[in-house]
Amino acid sequence: MKNVKVYSTPTCPYCIKVKRFLEESGVEYEEKDVASDKDAADEAVKKSGQMGVPVIDIEGEIIVGFDKDAITSALGL
Amino acid sequence: MDKLYDLIIVGAGPAGITASVYAARKRMALKVLTEDIGGQTVWSGDIENYTGYQFISGVDLAGKFEEHIKQYSIEVGEEEPVVAIKKKGTKIHTFTDKGEYVSKTLIVASGKRSKELNVPGEKEFRQRGLAYCATCDGPLFSDKDVAVIGGGNSALESAIQLSRIAKTVHIINIAPKLTGDAIMVEKLEKDPKVSIMNESRVTAVKGDKFVSGIDIESSGESQVLRVQGVFVEIGLSPNTKFESEIELNDLGEIKVNNRNETNIPGVFASGDVTDVPEKQIIIAAGEGAKAALSAFNYISRAVEWS
Repeated sequence: MKNVKVYSTPTCPYCIKVKRFLEESGVEYEEKDVASDKDAADEAVKKSGQMGVPVIDIEGEIIVGFDKDAITSALGL
Repeated sequence: MDKLYDLIIVGAGPAGITASVYAARKRMALKVLTEDIGGQTVWSGDIENYTGYQFISGVDLAGKFEEHIKQYSIEVGEEEPVVAIKKKGTKIHTFTDKGEYVSKTLIVASGKRSKELNVPGEKEFRQRGLAYCATCDGPLFSDKDVAVIGGGNSALESAIQLSRIAKTVHIINIAPKLTGDAIMVEKLEKDPKVSIMNESRVTAVKGDKFVSGIDIESSGESQVLRVQGVFVEIGLSPNTKFESEIELNDLGEIKVNNRNETNIPGVFASGDVTDVPEKQIIIAAGEGAKAALSAFNYISRAVEWS
Protein backbone atom coordinates (compact mmCIF):
# COMPACT_ATOMS: atom_id res chain seq x y z
CA MET A 1 0.00 0.00 0.00
CA LYS A 2 1.68 3.22 -1.13
CA ASN A 3 1.90 6.27 1.12
CA VAL A 4 -0.25 9.01 -0.44
CA LYS A 5 -0.58 12.63 0.68
CA VAL A 6 -3.03 15.04 -0.92
CA TYR A 7 -2.46 18.75 -0.39
CA SER A 8 -5.74 20.51 -1.01
CA THR A 9 -8.15 23.28 -0.04
CA PRO A 10 -11.80 22.70 0.86
CA THR A 11 -13.17 24.68 -2.09
CA CYS A 12 -10.95 23.55 -4.93
CA PRO A 13 -12.95 21.47 -7.44
CA TYR A 14 -10.01 19.44 -8.74
CA CYS A 15 -9.00 18.58 -5.18
CA ILE A 16 -12.42 17.06 -4.68
CA LYS A 17 -12.07 15.09 -7.91
CA VAL A 18 -8.70 13.70 -6.82
CA LYS A 19 -10.00 12.64 -3.41
CA ARG A 20 -13.07 11.05 -4.93
CA PHE A 21 -10.95 9.19 -7.47
CA LEU A 22 -8.67 7.85 -4.73
CA GLU A 23 -11.65 6.79 -2.62
CA GLU A 24 -13.32 5.06 -5.57
CA SER A 25 -10.05 3.23 -6.28
CA GLY A 26 -9.84 2.08 -2.66
CA VAL A 27 -6.65 4.04 -2.01
CA GLU A 28 -6.00 5.44 1.47
CA TYR A 29 -4.50 8.93 1.61
CA GLU A 30 -3.53 11.59 4.13
CA GLU A 31 -5.33 14.87 3.56
CA LYS A 32 -3.40 18.08 4.18
CA ASP A 33 -5.54 21.20 4.19
CA VAL A 34 -3.30 24.02 3.01
CA ALA A 35 -6.00 26.58 3.81
CA SER A 36 -5.82 26.00 7.55
CA ASP A 37 -2.31 24.57 7.89
CA LYS A 38 0.44 26.96 6.88
CA ASP A 39 3.17 24.33 7.20
CA ALA A 40 1.24 22.11 4.82
CA ALA A 41 0.95 25.04 2.40
CA ASP A 42 4.72 25.64 2.49
CA GLU A 43 5.33 21.90 2.06
CA ALA A 44 3.05 21.75 -0.99
CA VAL A 45 4.80 24.69 -2.64
CA LYS A 46 8.28 23.32 -1.86
CA LYS A 47 7.53 19.80 -3.10
CA SER A 48 5.86 20.87 -6.32
CA GLY A 49 7.80 24.05 -7.16
CA GLN A 50 4.56 25.84 -7.86
CA MET A 51 1.61 27.45 -6.14
CA GLY A 52 -1.45 25.47 -7.07
CA VAL A 53 -3.56 22.68 -5.67
CA PRO A 54 -4.09 19.80 -5.65
CA VAL A 55 -0.59 18.47 -5.08
CA ILE A 56 -0.41 14.71 -4.73
CA ASP A 57 2.62 13.06 -3.16
CA ILE A 58 2.77 9.35 -3.90
CA GLU A 59 5.83 8.17 -1.99
CA GLY A 60 7.91 11.07 -3.24
CA GLU A 61 6.45 11.20 -6.74
CA ILE A 62 4.80 14.61 -7.05
CA ILE A 63 1.79 15.16 -9.27
CA VAL A 64 0.11 18.53 -9.69
CA GLY A 65 -3.56 18.72 -10.61
CA PHE A 66 -6.06 15.99 -11.32
CA ASP A 67 -3.89 14.05 -13.77
CA LYS A 68 -5.73 10.73 -13.73
CA ASP A 69 -3.18 8.90 -15.91
CA ALA A 70 -0.17 10.03 -13.86
CA ILE A 71 -1.90 9.19 -10.59
CA THR A 72 -2.99 5.75 -11.83
CA SER A 73 0.49 4.90 -13.03
CA ALA A 74 2.21 6.21 -9.89
CA LEU A 75 -0.09 4.07 -7.76
CA GLY A 76 0.54 1.05 -9.96
CA LEU A 77 -3.21 0.54 -10.43
CA MET B 1 -18.99 4.64 -33.88
CA ASP B 2 -21.75 3.65 -36.34
CA LYS B 3 -24.53 4.50 -33.94
CA LEU B 4 -26.91 7.27 -34.99
CA TYR B 5 -27.65 9.31 -31.88
CA ASP B 6 -30.70 11.52 -31.57
CA LEU B 7 -28.64 14.16 -29.83
CA ILE B 8 -25.04 15.01 -28.96
CA ILE B 9 -24.48 17.63 -26.29
CA VAL B 10 -21.16 19.44 -26.15
CA GLY B 11 -20.52 20.61 -22.62
CA ALA B 12 -21.72 19.55 -19.18
CA GLY B 13 -22.11 22.77 -17.25
CA PRO B 14 -25.56 23.95 -16.11
CA ALA B 15 -26.79 24.29 -19.73
CA GLY B 16 -25.45 20.96 -20.95
CA ILE B 17 -26.58 19.03 -17.88
CA THR B 18 -30.10 20.50 -17.90
CA ALA B 19 -30.36 19.73 -21.62
CA SER B 20 -29.23 16.14 -20.89
CA VAL B 21 -31.84 15.65 -18.19
CA TYR B 22 -34.61 16.91 -20.49
CA ALA B 23 -33.37 14.79 -23.40
CA ALA B 24 -33.02 11.69 -21.23
CA ARG B 25 -36.57 12.10 -19.98
CA LYS B 26 -37.74 12.28 -23.60
CA ARG B 27 -35.87 8.99 -24.13
CA MET B 28 -33.56 10.48 -26.72
CA ALA B 29 -30.47 8.42 -27.68
CA LEU B 30 -27.94 10.77 -26.25
CA LYS B 31 -24.23 11.34 -25.69
CA VAL B 32 -22.59 14.16 -23.75
CA LEU B 33 -19.03 15.24 -24.51
CA THR B 34 -17.31 17.37 -21.91
CA GLU B 35 -13.92 18.56 -20.76
CA ASP B 36 -15.14 18.79 -17.17
CA ILE B 37 -18.52 18.12 -15.56
CA GLY B 38 -19.90 21.17 -13.80
CA GLY B 39 -18.29 23.71 -16.10
CA GLN B 40 -17.80 27.22 -14.75
CA THR B 41 -20.14 26.58 -11.79
CA VAL B 42 -17.34 24.91 -9.84
CA TRP B 43 -15.24 28.07 -10.01
CA SER B 44 -17.94 30.17 -8.33
CA GLY B 45 -17.46 30.84 -4.67
CA ASP B 46 -20.76 31.60 -3.01
CA ILE B 47 -23.99 31.43 -5.00
CA GLU B 48 -27.00 33.21 -3.60
CA ASN B 49 -29.18 33.65 -6.67
CA TYR B 50 -29.87 30.13 -7.90
CA THR B 51 -33.57 29.88 -7.02
CA GLY B 52 -34.22 27.27 -4.40
CA TYR B 53 -30.78 27.63 -2.82
CA GLN B 54 -30.47 30.73 -0.71
CA PHE B 55 -26.80 30.01 -0.24
CA ILE B 56 -24.70 27.29 -1.86
CA SER B 57 -21.06 26.99 -2.91
CA GLY B 58 -20.18 26.51 -6.56
CA VAL B 59 -18.63 23.16 -5.85
CA ASP B 60 -21.76 21.94 -4.04
CA LEU B 61 -24.14 23.17 -6.73
CA ALA B 62 -22.04 21.53 -9.44
CA GLY B 63 -22.17 18.38 -7.30
CA LYS B 64 -25.98 18.57 -7.30
CA PHE B 65 -26.01 18.91 -11.09
CA GLU B 66 -23.74 15.91 -11.39
CA GLU B 67 -25.93 13.84 -9.07
CA HIS B 68 -28.93 14.75 -11.18
CA ILE B 69 -27.39 13.69 -14.48
CA LYS B 70 -26.24 10.42 -12.91
CA GLN B 71 -29.88 9.53 -12.15
CA TYR B 72 -30.24 8.70 -15.83
CA SER B 73 -27.96 6.33 -17.71
CA ILE B 74 -26.43 8.85 -20.04
CA GLU B 75 -23.24 8.23 -22.00
CA VAL B 76 -20.79 10.88 -20.90
CA GLY B 77 -17.42 11.22 -22.60
CA GLU B 78 -15.26 13.07 -20.09
CA GLU B 79 -12.01 14.79 -21.00
CA GLU B 80 -13.09 14.49 -24.62
CA PRO B 81 -12.79 17.92 -26.23
CA VAL B 82 -14.60 18.49 -29.52
CA VAL B 83 -12.37 19.54 -32.41
CA ALA B 84 -14.91 19.84 -35.23
CA ILE B 85 -18.62 19.83 -35.99
CA LYS B 86 -19.78 19.21 -39.56
CA LYS B 87 -23.20 18.78 -41.14
CA LYS B 88 -23.32 16.19 -43.90
CA GLY B 89 -26.73 15.84 -45.53
CA THR B 90 -29.29 15.52 -42.75
CA LYS B 91 -26.84 14.37 -40.11
CA ILE B 92 -24.31 16.04 -37.86
CA HIS B 93 -20.82 14.67 -37.41
CA THR B 94 -18.93 15.56 -34.24
CA PHE B 95 -15.20 14.92 -34.11
CA THR B 96 -13.21 14.63 -30.88
CA ASP B 97 -9.65 13.51 -30.27
CA LYS B 98 -11.04 10.01 -29.61
CA GLY B 99 -13.39 9.55 -32.55
CA GLU B 100 -16.43 10.61 -34.54
CA TYR B 101 -20.10 10.63 -33.50
CA VAL B 102 -23.11 10.95 -35.80
CA SER B 103 -26.41 12.42 -34.67
CA LYS B 104 -29.66 13.96 -35.86
CA THR B 105 -29.24 17.01 -33.64
CA LEU B 106 -26.54 18.72 -31.60
CA ILE B 107 -26.49 21.24 -28.77
CA VAL B 108 -23.38 23.30 -28.16
CA ALA B 109 -23.23 24.21 -24.48
CA SER B 110 -19.49 24.61 -24.11
CA GLY B 111 -19.51 27.77 -22.00
CA LYS B 112 -16.61 30.16 -21.56
CA ARG B 113 -13.09 30.20 -20.19
CA SER B 114 -10.93 32.86 -18.51
CA LYS B 115 -9.40 35.52 -20.71
CA GLU B 116 -5.66 35.93 -20.50
CA LEU B 117 -3.84 39.22 -19.98
CA ASN B 118 -1.40 38.56 -22.81
CA VAL B 119 1.48 40.32 -21.09
CA PRO B 120 5.07 39.19 -20.61
CA GLY B 121 5.46 36.88 -17.64
CA GLU B 122 1.89 35.64 -17.66
CA LYS B 123 2.64 32.21 -19.08
CA GLU B 124 5.89 31.80 -17.17
CA PHE B 125 4.35 32.54 -13.80
CA ARG B 126 1.17 30.57 -14.25
CA GLN B 127 0.84 28.45 -11.09
CA ARG B 128 3.93 30.19 -9.73
CA GLY B 129 2.00 33.03 -8.19
CA LEU B 130 -0.32 33.80 -11.10
CA ALA B 131 -3.75 32.17 -11.11
CA TYR B 132 -7.22 32.48 -12.60
CA CYS B 133 -9.25 31.08 -9.74
CA ALA B 134 -9.23 32.65 -6.29
CA THR B 135 -11.65 29.99 -5.04
CA CYS B 136 -9.08 27.27 -5.73
CA ASP B 137 -5.71 28.83 -5.13
CA GLY B 138 -6.52 31.71 -2.77
CA PRO B 139 -5.65 29.82 0.42
CA LEU B 140 -2.03 29.42 -0.67
CA PHE B 141 -1.58 33.17 -0.41
CA SER B 142 -2.35 33.58 3.26
CA ASP B 143 -0.59 36.64 4.74
CA LYS B 144 0.77 37.61 1.33
CA ASP B 145 0.28 40.71 -0.81
CA VAL B 146 -1.86 39.95 -3.85
CA ALA B 147 -3.25 41.75 -6.87
CA VAL B 148 -6.58 41.09 -8.54
CA ILE B 149 -6.71 42.21 -12.14
CA GLY B 150 -10.19 43.23 -13.31
CA GLY B 151 -13.19 45.28 -12.23
CA GLY B 152 -16.29 43.17 -12.84
CA ASN B 153 -18.13 40.73 -10.60
CA SER B 154 -15.57 37.93 -10.92
CA ALA B 155 -12.77 40.26 -9.90
CA LEU B 156 -14.75 41.66 -6.98
CA GLU B 157 -15.78 38.22 -5.73
CA SER B 158 -12.15 37.13 -5.87
CA ALA B 159 -11.03 40.27 -4.07
CA ILE B 160 -13.56 39.67 -1.30
CA GLN B 161 -12.44 36.05 -0.89
CA LEU B 162 -8.80 37.06 -0.85
CA SER B 163 -9.36 39.90 1.61
CA ARG B 164 -10.18 37.20 4.19
CA ILE B 165 -6.89 35.41 3.60
CA ALA B 166 -4.19 37.72 2.21
CA LYS B 167 -2.25 40.52 3.89
CA THR B 168 -3.22 43.15 1.31
CA VAL B 169 -5.35 43.05 -1.85
CA HIS B 170 -4.75 45.45 -4.72
CA ILE B 171 -7.45 45.68 -7.38
CA ILE B 172 -6.06 46.76 -10.73
CA ASN B 173 -8.91 47.86 -12.99
CA ILE B 174 -8.52 49.17 -16.53
CA ALA B 175 -11.87 51.06 -16.54
CA PRO B 176 -12.58 54.42 -14.87
CA LYS B 177 -14.49 52.65 -12.13
CA LEU B 178 -15.38 49.17 -10.87
CA THR B 179 -18.26 47.69 -12.87
CA GLY B 180 -19.35 44.91 -10.51
CA ASP B 181 -22.38 44.90 -8.21
CA ALA B 182 -22.62 47.91 -5.93
CA ILE B 183 -22.94 45.75 -2.84
CA MET B 184 -19.47 44.27 -3.45
CA VAL B 185 -17.89 47.59 -4.43
CA GLU B 186 -19.07 49.11 -1.15
CA LYS B 187 -17.68 46.22 0.86
CA LEU B 188 -14.27 46.50 -0.77
CA GLU B 189 -14.09 50.29 -0.52
CA LYS B 190 -14.58 49.98 3.24
CA ASP B 191 -11.91 47.32 3.72
CA PRO B 192 -8.57 48.74 4.94
CA LYS B 193 -6.71 45.77 3.46
CA VAL B 194 -7.97 46.56 -0.03
CA SER B 195 -6.67 49.23 -2.39
CA ILE B 196 -8.38 50.01 -5.70
CA MET B 197 -6.48 51.34 -8.71
CA ASN B 198 -8.78 52.35 -11.55
CA GLU B 199 -7.65 53.30 -15.07
CA SER B 200 -4.62 51.07 -14.59
CA ARG B 201 -3.19 48.31 -16.75
CA VAL B 202 -0.76 45.54 -15.96
CA THR B 203 2.06 45.55 -18.49
CA ALA B 204 4.20 42.73 -17.12
CA VAL B 205 4.42 40.08 -14.42
CA LYS B 206 7.83 39.80 -12.81
CA GLY B 207 9.65 37.56 -10.41
CA ASP B 208 12.28 34.92 -9.96
CA LYS B 209 11.07 31.43 -9.08
CA PHE B 210 7.69 32.87 -8.08
CA VAL B 211 5.92 36.16 -8.72
CA SER B 212 7.43 39.10 -6.89
CA GLY B 213 5.69 42.02 -8.57
CA ILE B 214 3.78 43.51 -11.48
CA ASP B 215 4.43 46.52 -13.70
CA ILE B 216 1.45 48.85 -13.85
CA GLU B 217 0.73 51.78 -16.13
CA SER B 218 -1.66 54.38 -14.75
CA SER B 219 -2.46 57.70 -16.47
CA GLY B 220 0.80 57.57 -18.39
CA GLU B 221 2.91 56.78 -15.32
CA SER B 222 4.59 53.44 -14.65
CA GLN B 223 5.06 51.83 -11.30
CA VAL B 224 6.01 48.49 -9.84
CA LEU B 225 3.73 46.89 -7.30
CA ARG B 226 5.31 44.28 -5.04
CA VAL B 227 2.96 41.31 -4.80
CA GLN B 228 3.39 37.56 -4.42
CA GLY B 229 0.08 36.66 -6.02
CA VAL B 230 -1.71 37.79 -9.17
CA PHE B 231 -5.30 36.75 -9.89
CA VAL B 232 -6.46 37.42 -13.43
CA GLU B 233 -10.21 38.08 -13.62
CA ILE B 234 -10.60 40.19 -16.74
CA GLY B 235 -13.47 38.41 -18.36
CA LEU B 236 -14.30 35.28 -20.28
CA SER B 237 -14.10 34.09 -23.90
CA PRO B 238 -16.54 31.64 -25.47
CA ASN B 239 -15.31 28.09 -26.08
CA THR B 240 -15.86 28.04 -29.83
CA LYS B 241 -12.42 26.93 -30.95
CA PHE B 242 -13.72 23.82 -32.73
CA GLU B 243 -13.95 23.91 -36.50
CA SER B 244 -17.49 24.50 -37.77
CA GLU B 245 -19.77 26.65 -39.92
CA ILE B 246 -21.78 27.85 -36.92
CA GLU B 247 -22.33 31.59 -37.06
CA LEU B 248 -20.74 33.65 -34.30
CA ASN B 249 -21.10 37.28 -33.27
CA ASP B 250 -18.26 39.81 -32.82
CA LEU B 251 -17.47 38.41 -29.39
CA GLY B 252 -17.11 34.86 -30.71
CA GLU B 253 -20.43 33.80 -29.16
CA ILE B 254 -22.85 31.52 -31.00
CA LYS B 255 -25.85 33.40 -32.40
CA VAL B 256 -29.17 31.79 -31.41
CA ASN B 257 -32.84 32.71 -31.76
CA ASN B 258 -35.40 32.29 -29.01
CA ARG B 259 -35.69 28.57 -29.83
CA ASN B 260 -31.92 28.18 -29.37
CA GLU B 261 -31.53 27.46 -33.11
CA THR B 262 -28.24 28.37 -34.77
CA ASN B 263 -27.77 29.04 -38.48
CA ILE B 264 -27.43 25.29 -39.08
CA PRO B 265 -30.69 23.29 -38.99
CA GLY B 266 -30.40 20.61 -36.30
CA VAL B 267 -27.65 22.46 -34.45
CA PHE B 268 -28.69 24.30 -31.30
CA ALA B 269 -26.74 26.14 -28.63
CA SER B 270 -27.35 27.23 -25.06
CA GLY B 271 -25.75 29.01 -22.14
CA ASP B 272 -22.74 31.27 -21.83
CA VAL B 273 -21.33 30.19 -25.20
CA THR B 274 -24.29 31.88 -26.93
CA ASP B 275 -25.25 35.51 -27.36
CA VAL B 276 -27.86 35.25 -24.59
CA PRO B 277 -27.62 38.75 -23.06
CA GLU B 278 -26.97 37.69 -19.46
CA LYS B 279 -24.60 34.98 -18.31
CA GLN B 280 -25.89 33.34 -15.15
CA ILE B 281 -26.09 29.74 -13.96
CA ILE B 282 -29.87 29.80 -13.75
CA ILE B 283 -30.17 31.32 -17.22
CA ALA B 284 -27.84 28.69 -18.66
CA ALA B 285 -29.95 25.95 -17.07
CA GLY B 286 -33.13 27.40 -18.59
CA GLU B 287 -31.48 27.78 -21.99
CA GLY B 288 -30.33 24.14 -21.84
CA ALA B 289 -33.90 22.98 -21.25
CA LYS B 290 -35.18 25.07 -24.17
CA ALA B 291 -32.50 23.74 -26.49
CA ALA B 292 -33.26 20.11 -25.61
CA LEU B 293 -36.97 20.64 -26.27
CA SER B 294 -36.20 22.36 -29.57
CA ALA B 295 -33.99 19.45 -30.59
CA PHE B 296 -36.72 16.99 -29.65
CA ASN B 297 -39.34 18.90 -31.65
CA TYR B 298 -36.99 19.13 -34.63
CA ILE B 299 -36.62 15.34 -34.72
CA SER B 300 -40.38 14.79 -34.30
CA ARG B 301 -41.11 17.04 -37.26
CA ALA B 302 -38.59 15.41 -39.63
CA VAL B 303 -39.93 12.98 -42.18
CA GLU B 304 -37.14 10.48 -42.54
CA TRP B 305 -33.61 9.89 -41.33
CA SER B 306 -31.89 7.69 -43.90
